[in-house]
Amino acid sequence: MSKIRFTEPNREILARRDSIINDLTRLVDPAGLITSADECRAYETDALTAYRKMPLAVVLPKTTEEVSAVLKYCHDTGVKVVPRGAGTSLAGGAIPSEDAVVLGLSKMNRVLAVNYDDRFIRVEAGVTNLSVTAVVAENGFFYGPDPSSQLACTIGGNIANNSGGAHCLKYGVTTNNLLGVRMVLIDGSIIDLGGDYLDSAGLDLLGLVVGSEGQLGIVTEATLRILKSAEGARPVLFGFPSCEGAGKAVADVIAAGIIPVAIEYMDKAAIEICEAFAKAGYPLDVEALLIVEVEGSDAEMDATLADITAIARANGATTVRESRSAIETAAIWKGRKSAFGATGRVADYLCMDGTVPTGKLSYVLAEISKIVQRHGLRVANVFHAGDGNIHPLILYNANDPSQQSKAEAAGDDILRLCVEVGGCLTGEHGVGIEKRDLMRCQFDDADLAQQIRVRAAFDPRWLLNTDKVFPLDFRCQG
Amino acid sequence: MTDCYKPRDECGLSSAIKDAATAKMPLVVRGAGSKSAMGRPLGGYAMSLTTERMRGVSLYEPTELVIGALPGTPVSEIDRMLAKHNQMLPFEPMDHRVLFGTSAEPTIGGIVAGNVSGPRRIAVGACRDSLIGVRLVTGRGDVVKSGGRVMKNVTGLDLVKLNCGAWGTLGVLTEVIFKVLPKPARSLSVGLGGMNDTTAIAALTAALGSSFAVSAAAHIPASIGSDSTTIVRLEGSDGSVAYGARELAKLWRSFGRAELIEGDESANLWLRVRDAHWLAQPMDRSIWRLSLAPSKAPHVLADIRQKLGVRYFYDWGGGLVWLAVVGADDAGASVVREAMVNTGGHATLVRASSEIRRRIDVFEPLPPAVLKLTQEIKKCFDPDRVLNFGRMYAGI
Repeated sequence: MSKIRFTEPNREILARRDSIINDLTRLVDPAGLITSADECRAYETDALTAYRKMPLAVVLPKTTEEVSAVLKYCHDTGVKVVPRGAGTSLAGGAIPSEDAVVLGLSKMNRVLAVNYDDRFIRVEAGVTNLSVTAVVAENGFFYGPDPSSQLACTIGGNIANNSGGAHCLKYGVTTNNLLGVRMVLIDGSIIDLGGDYLDSAGLDLLGLVVGSEGQLGIVTEATLRILKSAEGARPVLFGFPSCEGAGKAVADVIAAGIIPVAIEYMDKAAIEICEAFAKAGYPLDVEALLIVEVEGSDAEMDATLADITAIARANGATTVRESRSAIETAAIWKGRKSAFGATGRVADYLCMDGTVPTGKLSYVLAEISKIVQRHGLRVANVFHAGDGNIHPLILYNANDPSQQSKAEAAGDDILRLCVEVGGCLTGEHGVGIEKRDLMRCQFDDADLAQQIRVRAAFDPRWLLNTDKVFPLDFRCQG
Repeated sequence: MTDCYKPRDECGLSSAIKDAATAKMPLVVRGAGSKSAMGRPLGGYAMSLTTERMRGVSLYEPTELVIGALPGTPVSEIDRMLAKHNQMLPFEPMDHRVLFGTSAEPTIGGIVAGNVSGPRRIAVGACRDSLIGVRLVTGRGDVVKSGGRVMKNVTGLDLVKLNCGAWGTLGVLTEVIFKVLPKPARSLSVGLGGMNDTTAIAALTAALGSSFAVSAAAHIPASIGSDSTTIVRLEGSDGSVAYGARELAKLWRSFGRAELIEGDESANLWLRVRDAHWLAQPMDRSIWRLSLAPSKAPHVLADIRQKLGVRYFYDWGGGLVWLAVVGADDAGASVVREAMVNTGGHATLVRASSEIRRRIDVFEPLPPAVLKLTQEIKKCFDPDRVLNFGRMYAGI
């Protein structure tokens, strides 16, 4: 049934399991070593739950030094390592293999320093995204990237996947908000890249590490830029009788020189699902919905929203609902941020994550609808329209093997379409195992060979998150 | 004069590099050469390669906020094209001609190779943050692409950022793609006079810790002009800038009476900050650029000033220090690097005689484990060491 291939586990490693576990007990606090089948089961998958593999063992180090000791041991004895934050990857980035040790960062969750004068916070990599903002909010600061899974996902995982979120149109993605990392290489050496200042010295290795999906090393600490919150923020809901009108409105807003902090798009299917779950007051008589959020002083928000509203009406908006209170704002965002969870209540789904040029949005949406119909399935679209990062949710029934393979085939077709129109396979979820075999659609052999060489400069034995990102048959040629 | 390859396209560039790799002949890689005197000197190489004939905007979609160009395109050409749609390169790249006394117009490829940014870096990120896609030719002669034309992209390793600021040591860029921003409707500066460094950085910190659309923050001490000037720039819609200026004046009340600077006067002031104008003359002075946490900067400067004759000013709210050193046969390197050692920041020797740049580390020396990674990365892009070999670090 499964389309994604897994490599055969290394039998020699499996045979050494007891001695490996015995060795690991000497490297980490016993409370941080998990070996029983029952307890390991919690680590056999991530948010790509259709695939599961039991790991050899799970270690949960508490310090950078413990991470270093484990990696050095694994390096010296040829054991694969799968890094894990909170396990919220939708692309299978944290799915283990039977011959690999999972190294989880959940016990490294301390805040190490907060500095408002120099505007940074230093945290351990297992800290959750939302708790960073929670720490600095009392002083009116926040951390920019806000992925939908921010309640659970860790900063380490955000770095591995260059996570964005709804507000990255204005505040950028992880790579634009990260000042420095402490990181352990596979041979156990500990390095610092960047720090509490702008622009790291030497080659931009920090930029290279962001989005490398745990294949270059394991980040244990991060220094993040924090920003002063705007005086106020106000979202507006716009309902459109056609998807094209909504798409055109997005392009027109940007062409008018307005950069809202967020422009979120939902189609009819997504609106119905989210409204049923969140009771956010979304209009049900429209084909598409935009949530546009602006920030600033009251006068500034009034002026900007007047311009945006005029553009929306010119493109046929029939519903215009401006938030007038914190409660209304929370309700509007609750619907959007619970989209994935709400969808999960009505059907199983595959969440795609391609990015397309914003000028191609209307065309791409129409094509997606055709693709999914061709495979006999349904789709709900909810995504970041301002930056073209689309999240079609392909709905299917996981108990029907034929539907699962149809959904995966439809997903592949959608991602190929994203690349064809000038976009990419993944905007913020990562390649993981899910899109590994589609990498050739976006990159030719010379591109991939160069990436593989860079990867090998960090991890020559391919022990870190081994079977992710690159097509399985390509590695040998690198 | 060395012989020079001047390829017209990516294909010609690739074959020039392949020839050089086969002959194991190192190349000096450059755009227009406005920053050729930066980095470790590459004397003695027989051949050079310039991208200046590969020019033109390859892609511009104003409604998508994206522009792409060939590496030899003058920055001014890109600025003009963006200005037609009231847009701009967000990171406000510095023009090094002021410091180096060169005349050829800076190219966009050179800006990317040096990760060159300006005062707005503090608000919208550096060149590397706006850069979303590249094509390049490696030292093997392979044409490689990374990133693309969309602003959210985590597909494969980010070779875009790796090559931004690599000074042409890994590959020669053949196309660069940026996300751009609308030009702000209004821009004005708010200034304070008569403050010492520590108080000035505190005032800038208060401004940057506010929510009033601050897009730049600098302090020019009294040693530069007749009186010290502490300024921030506000950019945005008409209303937000006017509101911010009023609120900032209130916030700054304990520091002194804030003055508004508008129009050309404001614009010229930020051009001078951007290009380190005040330090350019006399040309024989060595110039450093220090990047560090703003709160540490006044202490570092106090330390340096006890031991060296310097002129200096602060940008990026104090996080960037420009420093001109008078005399000192090592360009002040031992003093500057010692003062920086406990800050965690880094120092770059931007301008000095080639004799000094041969002896002194121009870029911040790297710890052994990072140097080893840097060497491995160089090897995998440029195994025959033909591209700007040794420009950043010996052996890289």
